[in-house]
Amino acid sequence: MKLVHPLMKYVRPGAISTATCAGCGDGIMAQAVLRAIDELELNIDDFVFVSGIGCAGWIPSPFFNADTLHTTHGRPIAFASGVKLARPDRKVVVISGDGDLAAIGGNHLIHAARRNIGMTVICANNGIYGMTGGQVAPTTPLGLKTTTTPYGNVERAFDLCALVEAAGASYVARWTTYHARGLTRSVKKALTKRGFSFIEVLSQCPVQYGRRTGVGNAVAMMKGYKENSLSVKKAASLNEEELKNKIIVGELVDKDSPELTEEIEKVRRIHE
Amino acid sequence: MGKEILTGVYFMQGDIACAEGALAAGCKFFGGYPITPASEIAERMAERLPQVGGVYIQMEDELASIAAVVGSSWTGAKSMTATSGPGISLMQENIGYAVATETPCVLINVQRGGPSTGIPSIHLQGDIIQARRGSHGEYKIIALAPASAQEMFDFTIDAFNLAEKYRTAVFVLADAFVGHTREEVIIPEPEEIYRVQRKLPEAGSSEGKIRGFLDEDIAPMPIFGHGFKTHVTGSCHNDFGQRNVIDAEALDYYIKRLNNKISKRAHEIISVSQDMDGKEVALISYGSCYRAAREALNILEDEGMRQVGSFRLITVWPFPRVQIQELARKVKSIIVLENNLGQITPYVEAAAGGQAEVIFLPPRVLGTLHDPHAIVDKVKEVIP
Amino acid sequence: MIEIDEDLCKGCEICVAFCAKDVLEMSDKFNKKGVHPPLVVREEDCNLCGNCMLYCPDLAIVVAEEEESG
Repeated sequence: MKLVHPLMKYVRPGAISTATCAGCGDGIMAQAVLRAIDELELNIDDFVFVSGIGCAGWIPSPFFNADTLHTTHGRPIAFASGVKLARPDRKVVVISGDGDLAAIGGNHLIHAARRNIGMTVICANNGIYGMTGGQVAPTTPLGLKTTTTPYGNVERAFDLCALVEAAGASYVARWTTYHARGLTRSVKKALTKRGFSFIEVLSQCPVQYGRRTGVGNAVAMMKGYKENSLSVKKAASLNEEELKNKIIVGELVDKDSPELTEEIEKVRRIHE
Repeated sequence: MGKEILTGVYFMQGDIACAEGALAAGCKFFGGYPITPASEIAERMAERLPQVGGVYIQMEDELASIAAVVGSSWTGAKSMTATSGPGISLMQENIGYAVATETPCVLINVQRGGPSTGIPSIHLQGDIIQARRGSHGEYKIIALAPASAQEMFDFTIDAFNLAEKYRTAVFVLADAFVGHTREEVIIPEPEEIYRVQRKLPEAGSSEGKIRGFLDEDIAPMPIFGHGFKTHVTGSCHNDFGQRNVIDAEALDYYIKRLNNKISKRAHEIISVSQDMDGKEVALISYGSCYRAAREALNILEDEGMRQVGSFRLITVWPFPRVQIQELARKVKSIIVLENNLGQITPYVEAAAGGQAEVIFLPPRVLGTLHDPHAIVDKVKEVIP
Repeated sequence: MIEIDEDLCKGCEICVAFCAKDVLEMSDKFNKKGVHPPLVVREEDCNLCGNCMLYCPDLAIVVAEEEESG
């Protein structure tokens, strides 16, 4: 008997095999998002997936068989804001990379979180520019040698979750591809959460990160995620020194705040 | 609910008339960022859109503004932004995206003095070429140039209709003079206002079978939220929106289809107004310069010089090359009035092809209106 | 049971590495992409944890309980 992958029904005809390199974590993320939709029994036709430029932009586009808007570099959240504002009944999900969302698009990320607009942003953080050939990113660890930091990275890495939390998001979580089950749980939560939800996913780039920096292949990178991560609960009992170079995984923010499109609707009702 | 169309006679600023024109056209989404001399449009839209069930959003910058406009347009909303030169510079990449993805949207550029920060409140026709070619790659654009507050109303409606009909980004190239001038504006009865509605695929069109892109006869727009499972990309794509980033043949097809959509219909889009029958000299103008041309013609007529006429570009882009070719065969001289250092003049020269003498005439001081007497003097040099 | 769509496999070996019961091994043969897909070698040890399916970046692995025949 031939088994059919239960998530294949969400894949755009002709879009398999995935666009990513062998062992790329983005495929694990794609699966986690689709599994969350499947487990919630949501209709994928109620979604609009928006992505930007970079490897992670290909997670939903063209892979997901739904309305997908593949935008310019850095701007998916701004495009997605237009979609959500004009059609608040849509489930709007942005899936893109750390360079796209936090470097060139960082301004849109913080302002969408500030507005608490009802969308989910899932950021594939591979710590590097993969598609363009392994250049330094704002998420690259201090000291790492990349193709544009041949003497080692002299800049500190961004803590994206802290950034988005400070900007006012209703839901923030961090996972790695190793934590695919926790990630799926968080995506389910994010998709049903009122307001702006943000999930950072450390996602291995075995080609431009693992190979060039000597960290190793996809398996070694995922084992690294496993070994270096701590739960939010565990991390709470440790000091700064003990948390150095650790990845804190789990839910970081889960709160209720007014959502932008609902507030706009209230203003409109005054005129009815 | 408030009214979309405020029928009546008003003493109204150009920017406000523009906003009212947008609402009359059915605009339901405005994404913008404050900038002089266009902020009044945003302010009016912020007040009025909630009254008519629309959405106003002030984005964090102009890059986000145009992005939100494109995003909202893909849900079916008639969408616009309004800004000035520096804002347009920031929007350029996503203007290309709007053209490439065939997204109807209206871009109001209330031009100001540049380059760079320049002078915010002084008008200059500095962005004419930028409007045509400011984004990268090979594409066509439609641009209208209003000369009065009334035309800020009328041309904004026209811009929406063109954007919806041809599924593309359409510019209204106003300037600080037109935007900030207060004068009579007549808003007609709703039934007198022509509104183009977007062509959509038939409901229930089977997914993956919708030719939603690259049709020279303008494909129906497979907007979001109807189960069309549309794939929209600014990358090279085919008629179905499927990306192809490996074939030069695909790129050739993509570029030519997008461009032909406009160039093959240029005759429908191009709008000029002229009174050139039996004239020897043409005053070519567009936007606010048309006002000075009109006044110069009044003076010349009073002086009995009736050999001079006006040829006005209502659409600056697509450029009325054929119409100017015909004009050049009939007249001795063409005087091109522009409030810049000559942005369309080379296009006029190319179209005239040596058939008529082409003279460029800016105002004595850039950023001011032409002195009509200076135009009259130039005419007298041509016909002593 | 475990089913592998060999031609979707890119040979990353994640499934082999994260199988809790050492059920999978990389095979010697080449698939259409020119890489070695994994092979189910000890299916009787499989506890249906689903790690291989969960981690496969290419949706190439399906794990499901055996349907009872008849």
